[in-house]
Amino acid sequence: MGKGKILIVDDELSVRDSLNKWFREEGYEVGTAENASEALSRLAEQSWDVSLVDIKMRGTDGIELQRRMHEIDPELITIIMTGYASVETAVAALKNGAYDYVTKPLDPDEIAHTVAKALSHRRTQEENVRLREVVAETAIPSDLVGQGAAMKRVFEAIETVAPTDVTVLINGESGTGKELVARAIHAASPRRFHPLVVLHCGALTETLLESELFGHEKGAFTGAQYRKKGKFEIAEGGTIFLDEIGDISLKTQTDLLRVLQEREIVRVGGNQSIHVDFRCIAATNKNLEALIDEGKFRPDLFYRLNVFRIELPPLRDRKEDIPLLVNHFAKKFSLQMNKRINRVAPQAMDLLQQYDWPGNVRELENSVERAMVVAQEPELREQDFILQSKSDAEPEGVTLEAIERAHILRVLEQCGWNQTRAAETLDIDRVTLHNKLKKYGWSRAALSEK
Amino acid sequence: MKRLQLLSVGDLEGRVLEGLAVQLAHHFATPCQVLAATLDPQFAFHAERGQYHSSEILARVQQHVQDTTWRLLAVTGVDLYIPILTFVFGEAQMGGPCALISTHRLRQEFYGLPHDLDLLHTRMLKEAVHELGHTLELTHCDDYRCAMSGSHAVEWIDLKENSFCRCCANRVLEVVGRDPR
Repeated sequence: MGKGKILIVDDELSVRDSLNKWFREEGYEVGTAENASEALSRLAEQSWDVSLVDIKMRGTDGIELQRRMHEIDPELITIIMTGYASVETAVAALKNGAYDYVTKPLDPDEIAHTVAKALSHRRTQEENVRLREVVAETAIPSDLVGQGAAMKRVFEAIETVAPTDVTVLINGESGTGKELVARAIHAASPRRFHPLVVLHCGALTETLLESELFGHEKGAFTGAQYRKKGKFEIAEGGTIFLDEIGDISLKTQTDLLRVLQEREIVRVGGNQSIHVDFRCIAATNKNLEALIDEGKFRPDLFYRLNVFRIELPPLRDRKEDIPLLVNHFAKKFSLQMNKRINRVAPQAMDLLQQYDWPGNVRELENSVERAMVVAQEPELREQDFILQSKSDAEPEGVTLEAIERAHILRVLEQCGWNQTRAAETLDIDRVTLHNKLKKYGWSRAALSEK
Repeated sequence: MKRLQLLSVGDLEGRVLEGLAVQLAHHFATPCQVLAATLDPQFAFHAERGQYHSSEILARVQQHVQDTTWRLLAVTGVDLYIPILTFVFGEAQMGGPCALISTHRLRQEFYGLPHDLDLLHTRMLKEAVHELGHTLELTHCDDYRCAMSGSHAVEWIDLKENSFCRCCANRVLEVVGRDPR
């Protein structure tokens, strides 16, 4: 591996030749360009670590060229070569993002040192980004909690598949923790020191998804002002997690299949194949086999993804894990909110275990968080939780007033008819609540009867 | 058997080439010969800079390569430059037969210090080994003690040794294996 890649841009052949030879002897990989358009083409062909740009060239000058080069590759380090040292030149170059400037003829020791320093700076920046990713991605997900038989099977599956490089398909209802499983697999895999890139396919339009997955070249479409790496390139050496895979179009499925087979991508608007090294984990809450029958999902892509399958059970099928999960989230949010709440009342736990949790663990987590906001120390009580019952989900009335009436009544019941607490929960002042009670004909006498 | 040959470019004081030939013959374990011919560098003189264009001289040195030449090292006392740099200590054809070194900036007098012939010979040998290393396809080495470490100031030359590190020496053996003398 060479020391780094240097692009020399100068309209004088003797300068290009001299520097080309000199840097090659130094052990660098060198490219040359005699003008701005050639330099931009070289930059579009491949990435360079450092560019040495002559400030005075026919046509586009070095300062303008540097600006345009940074549009293509914002991470490129540019060193401006100037024929005469002046404060104005130096300021103009540095203001436009140059790393440094050197005066011609170049002192060998100075230029060697400047380029080495620039490269070291670039490597440090890359290392910094990589380390941040490592720190973020190597943290084992702690919200994956469960002791029941269903979750034990999931943990065993993670342990089995993580050290391998096979593609994994995670199936489960919304909120069951598919991304947490993907993170756990990545964190226990040999790729853990490389990035885990998460892409929610369902959130993007077809064009945007294509650009996100494969990246794009500058000018590939309106708004593509910069070259952008795709998620597969960013995930180099690591794992890509494609969530909501059942929501992608047939066209993107075809492109995705090709990447999974060839391990090569072509950026949108580009024509160069780029080799990519990644592990793929996909997830869906849909029945992909049913989608295949409906002609909405490619069977060949399904077989490519479904090498190892993990089924995540809905929370209603593993209610034995609810106390563990509730205590886990209660501890987590009490720390976050700095509240001294360290237990859950038995009645509250019973209530939570009876509920069906259509939104699964995510809904449970949100409920505990919300309860923690309104709860008073030292415990979470039944009235701190607002759970949506089946009858609530389908209110008899459809008018705003009927819904408001039902909601206020429910909150009052949960707050033990304490109007101050009910007003706090509803995020309205006490006078407004009082007026509402009056409006709905709930008198003090009626309240006291309750 | 092919030989390592030395060519004088302009006048050189004393018998510096003969001394260098003995050391290089030992160093590269190959016969070393000082050519009778000399090359006048005047054609490469740049009046404004007061220096000599190294690449132009190196191109002319090529004309002295013979069938018996393994490598041809030219040695000059004039100050060398390439257009973009303020000076060079020497230049070589990467993987080719010719190399050139200058003694101009190896002399203590250049830095306002008293003449030191031994130090000059020591520096010459290091520079000769370095440039010949380039003809053997070696690039600069990160080991500061290795003769192939990049030296852009005379202090760096003094710091390094006149031999290759193990890694560079192995690469030389590979090249010599492909291109036997």
